[in-house]
Amino acid sequence: MNAQLSGMERPGRSGLAPAASAALLVILVVAMAVLPLTPLGADKFTIQLLTRIMIMAILAMSLDLAMGVCGLVSFGHAAFFGLAGYVLALVAPQGEAAGFWTSIAMAMAATAVLALVMGALVLRTTGVYFIMVTLALAQMLYFLFHDTKLAGGSDGIYIYVRPDATLFGFRPFDLDNVQHLYYVVLVALSLSYLLLRRVLSSLFGKVMSGIRINESRMQSLGYATFRYKLVCFMLSGTFAGLAGYFAAVQFGVVNPDMLGWHLSGSAMMMVILGGMGTLWGAVIGAAAMILAEMGFQALPAVTINGSEFNLGKHWQLWMGSFIVLVALYLPQGLGGALSALWRALFARKAAPRP
Amino acid sequence: MAARQGRLGSQVDIPSFFIQILNSIQYGLLLFLCASGLTLVFGIMGVINLAHGSLYMIGAYLAFSLSEHLGSLWLALPVGVVLAVVFGAVLEWLLIERLYKREHLHQVLLTYGLILVFEELRSVIWGDDVHGVSMPPLLAASIALTDTLSYPVYRLWMSGVCLVLALLMAWVLLRTRLGMIIRAGSVNSEMVQSLGINIGVIHRIVFAAGVGLAAFAGMLAAPVSSVFPGMGNQVLIICFVVVVIGGIGSLKGALVGAILIGVVDTFGKVLTLEIAGVKILPELAGMSIYLLMAVILIWRPEGIFGKVRS
Repeated sequence: MNAQLSGMERPGRSGLAPAASAALLVILVVAMAVLPLTPLGADKFTIQLLTRIMIMAILAMSLDLAMGVCGLVSFGHAAFFGLAGYVLALVAPQGEAAGFWTSIAMAMAATAVLALVMGALVLRTTGVYFIMVTLALAQMLYFLFHDTKLAGGSDGIYIYVRPDATLFGFRPFDLDNVQHLYYVVLVALSLSYLLLRRVLSSLFGKVMSGIRINESRMQSLGYATFRYKLVCFMLSGTFAGLAGYFAAVQFGVVNPDMLGWHLSGSAMMMVILGGMGTLWGAVIGAAAMILAEMGFQALPAVTINGSEFNLGKHWQLWMGSFIVLVALYLPQGLGGALSALWRALFARKAAPRP
Repeated sequence: MAARQGRLGSQVDIPSFFIQILNSIQYGLLLFLCASGLTLVFGIMGVINLAHGSLYMIGAYLAFSLSEHLGSLWLALPVGVVLAVVFGAVLEWLLIERLYKREHLHQVLLTYGLILVFEELRSVIWGDDVHGVSMPPLLAASIALTDTLSYPVYRLWMSGVCLVLALLMAWVLLRTRLGMIIRAGSVNSEMVQSLGINIGVIHRIVFAAGVGLAAFAGMLAAPVSSVFPGMGNQVLIICFVVVVIGGIGSLKGALVGAILIGVVDTFGKVLTLEIAGVKILPELAGMSIYLLMAVILIWRPEGIFGKVRS
């Protein structure tokens, strides 16, 4: 796959050496696994923040599969995210815990079906039209939940009791425990990453990249591209559902905002910010976006010419400027910048100056 | 629309039906004004401008501030338009110009960043309160239709202004030398440039005009809708629906799409529809325009007046 064909070099594919990136990943996951045991992890807030980042990373990764790999720029991924949350809220008996294993399976099955139906419709369109039709269908779902009394209307539904993970009389973890939830989400993120990485390196993954780069050429090679795109969209939607399920578990509430275009937009921003088509870029994007948001919110109030100006309250100003600068100067996202840095370091070691 | 087992009803008699028709057209024309800038900028420069709704919002806030300082909406309108056009030209020169050769995704990213910046600047400058803008006394009256029903003059005037602007736009694009260059530039900008025309200036004019149109739409709407945070995003999504329904880049399409949306949205809220005991309208009125868009795009994936690419 010639990088020039895509009109944009994909970081990661030509970036890190496979062994180096695998080692880096293992180190990162081990560090994340050890963290709750260290003093830093004793803080409940940190654990919850990292859990939230990992959940959004699953969402961003799922979108990256559609957008960065297959070229399906979906502006409606919140539909899958939110629907999965609503499935959990609706199957949970009033005031009692839902079964974790059954409810997660049902949530993912529901999103897979939604993605199949939605995909069958939206994949008839391409380009900007595709972006807008995915948005339109997601907005329809938003208004369905927002305007009707189907599921609590605009207030949403509270999930008072978190799902119960008992399986054959054995309870492997307790989702009410912040650290347990952290580990469950860490495992979910790692498994999703490995699975999607495996998909990318398969023939199926190569066909998807081929579709992004030149669909008509793939067709002339004899691939039924529509089916590949549909499966990709479905897979992507299902993982977005996984993220939405955990988000509902963590926050203990679902509301129509989980289906809204703002969330679809920020998921898209995470992917673009991190760098597309690499999966790990999406993870970096999710972390960067959430941490930047927090950092800007923590800015102090300053006094300019005698009048007080709260920098933190107006964090969106800095966030927006940050996004504008990334779009202008880091066209391959933060992930692209990181792999360029990595390459530069390696190149220097390989060829020492005289 | 009336299914056999269903019941389509309304409390609408002839005069109020007439009023709703007027409302639909007025809303549609306003949407057209806002969406025309979006569709022109996309059609001619190939830029998706997510911040277009924010410019509508800025227009509305300008109408609020300027009419307070200058004492009248009549003065606020021209001053506001000039400010908006200058602002648009500066914006194009600083940022948008660098996006023409980039992927759509970068355009989406940058203009999404601009939404956040504009929304927050609005909060810094004007605060987060809802403001009303008073109508000029000349237009504040109502025309009586029946003994109990009347229609505000301001809304009629608004429709008239939108219509005049639509005709003006069509005239500029189809009948003037500038319009000819703009149309040629949208087909092949290199060729136009090689004929000795500075295409950069043409792009700046088109973008500034688009900003001016969005801001003007915001200013016109301000006395009716009042001025509030987040008003830009609401309009942005609907404008995108309009543009996509009509076919991206088509001015005619934007007009037809806008009127369609105006009608569907207005009547979705006043009609009642019940099928097999389940209330469909007005409960699901919010979904109606998106449903319309989905149906149209499944029927014609390039929009009603979109060019079908081979």
